[in-house]
Amino acid sequence: MNKIIEARFIGPSVKYFKIEAPKIAEKRKAGQFIMLRVHEHGERIPLTIADSNAQEGWIAIIAQGIGKTTKMLNMMEAGDYIRDLVGPLGKPSHIENFGTAVSIGGGVGTAIAYPIAKALKEAGNHVISIIGGRSKEFVILEDEIKATSDEVYPTTDDGSYGFHGFVTDKLKELIVSGRKIDFVLAIGPVPMMAAIAELTKPYGIHTVVSLNSIMIDGTGMCGGCRAIVEGETVFVCVDGPEFDAHKVNFKVLRNR
Amino acid sequence: MAAYPPVDVLKPKERTQVQRHKIPEQDPNVRNKNFKEVNLGYTIEMAQAEAQRCLMCANPPCVVGCPVSVQIPRFIEQIRLGDIAEAARILKIDNALPAVCGRVCPQEEQCEIVCVLTKKFTPVAIGNLERYASDWERENIGIQVPEIKTKTGKKVAVIGGGPAGLSCAGDLIQMGHDVTVFEALHEIGGVLVYGIPEFRLPKEIVKAEVEGLRQAGVKFETNYVVGLTSTLDEMLNDFDAAFLGVGAGLPYFMNIPGEELIGVYSANEYLTRVNLMKAYQFGADDNDTPMLDLKGKTVAVIGGGNTAMDGVRTSLRLGAKRGMIIYRRSESEMPARIEEIHHAKEEGVEFMLLASPTEYRGDERGWLRSMLVQKMELGEPDASGRRRPVAIPGAIEEIPIDVAVVAIGNGSNPIISRTTPEIRVNKWGNIQVEKETMKTSKVGVFAGGDIVTGGATVILAMGAGRTAAANINEYLTNPDYQWNFE
Repeated sequence: MNKIIEARFIGPSVKYFKIEAPKIAEKRKAGQFIMLRVHEHGERIPLTIADSNAQEGWIAIIAQGIGKTTKMLNMMEAGDYIRDLVGPLGKPSHIENFGTAVSIGGGVGTAIAYPIAKALKEAGNHVISIIGGRSKEFVILEDEIKATSDEVYPTTDDGSYGFHGFVTDKLKELIVSGRKIDFVLAIGPVPMMAAIAELTKPYGIHTVVSLNSIMIDGTGMCGGCRAIVEGETVFVCVDGPEFDAHKVNFKVLRNR
Repeated sequence: MAAYPPVDVLKPKERTQVQRHKIPEQDPNVRNKNFKEVNLGYTIEMAQAEAQRCLMCANPPCVVGCPVSVQIPRFIEQIRLGDIAEAARILKIDNALPAVCGRVCPQEEQCEIVCVLTKKFTPVAIGNLERYASDWERENIGIQVPEIKTKTGKKVAVIGGGPAGLSCAGDLIQMGHDVTVFEALHEIGGVLVYGIPEFRLPKEIVKAEVEGLRQAGVKFETNYVVGLTSTLDEMLNDFDAAFLGVGAGLPYFMNIPGEELIGVYSANEYLTRVNLMKAYQFGADDNDTPMLDLKGKTVAVIGGGNTAMDGVRTSLRLGAKRGMIIYRRSESEMPARIEEIHHAKEEGVEFMLLASPTEYRGDERGWLRSMLVQKMELGEPDASGRRRPVAIPGAIEEIPIDVAVVAIGNGSNPIISRTTPEIRVNKWGNIQVEKETMKTSKVGVFAGGDIVTGGATVILAMGAGRTAAANINEYLTNPDYQWNFE
């Protein structure tokens, strides 16, 4: 059982949780995730570790209330307990000083992009963050991301805040304007990641996506999360969650 | 103290005249619609009558046939004498999970095949008697804690809460060591909780046997992935020795077209959803893990092992209209227990033998709709000694199906070897051990079960756990112990 230390909404049905988990906090690296189970009969769901503090012994997760489990999670408050919490799972992000790195988060994907962007910044990259949302209230973590980026571009589909358009449009604008980009990290809905992969490919920009497959155990024993990368079956929970965007079969991913 | 009056000892000649007592079962047409246990177990009268058949051999071959060397004639005699508690106590000396083993061991290949009666008559139903004694104990007096030796002060980490780890932990705790079992999932039992279905092994029984170990002093830490939550090296700072019993849990796929379609499951995922996460009770009792609705659907299970039988029998219970086994060899090569094949047939499972899928086809939404099956014939024997299936040119059939469950075996999970490169593994990723001692290439670390052998049986894993426990004890208590590995 893991105690919730802090819980607050940071967007419409998007909630931030700080949870006591000293073992996980000690080990965790950017890009890794946890599996949790809210109650005795609950399902297991994967969530990315958005932040952590080894000294204070906590990790942070951000959950959007979409289905039964995430909605139930979003009703939990500080002082409540998470029944099962296991991690850190998956391979850590491959971080190096690429030069100029663009971190793109769509919707709640921003919460996953944030810790990786932070690590990219710490590795000496010039970090450009593009954070998208349907409208103004769906743009999350802007202050946190500003603190770890050199440039931040919020975008909204309806133009209610920041750049009017999709995150892909903003990235395209940067590329076309001749900005030197060495690395792109894209996290969000599958169609968005597919579009970004398609956009960067002709320019030969190294692009990485973090896949969000259905998972049951999260430790490589079921293959529920399998994806096809370069024609090979991979397990996202053990071989990923990050993959070279230009090698991922997005068509298959969209169906699953 | 005997709970029941003893029954007479029969003369050897008379014993051979008594037929083996069949275990009562649920009717096939009733049980294929529920998840309750198929075998109902002996009554005291049946158990004592069956116990009478044992010849009480002076050098019993059955004990040699048992991978954990249970004192079989001794416990059977106590059943005949009516002292079931004593029978259960004797079982527990050598077997940490008797109620489990009495149910899932392939006795026909182990203790019972070497029973002296087997040659001319039918063997003593050792498994059924083991089950009877341990069920009686649990239901009547509660699981008893075995005798524990004086504490040694040595700490052992057992990694993996499956049959190998539990049997190793059970022995080590009796030897007086301080034992902690680390498990990645949220429940203890490994394949006993996520793999073997409720109708063959009720989860309450696994829970009770694990609880017995806990009462004996074994500590359990769930949600702990060794290699990720802590590395093995870090754990060895706190522990004097470690046992790796992490199993073979990485499902193989065939890598044929269409395997990514919706409706194609690995047996591990399918069975984990149903058994561990209780997807068969989805919606009821607050269970949140979903499963495709199988009502009226056709389910094809690929493979011929126990996992395949479990998968196909599960689909009928989930309401499937047709449950099919697709197996590339013939029935006599099937690795599943004969009892399971027999049960599956009784329940209405269809068998498509000498057939292997070559492609799955789906609709425009990416949902599975049919499979192409290549018909085979048996050729020359291969390395395993079984006749190799060979494709018959042009004999391909398209079969409409809604769900496919791939049960063609499991490999080893790479997490431990990736994070502890000193542990030597073979080309399949199985950990290499010295067979007699189960020690690995890393000092203080032993291994056993499926992670060493590849997918095998519960009892072989338990046997490996026992051998490892004896050698861990030696390593921890013998000051002259030398760690040589070659």
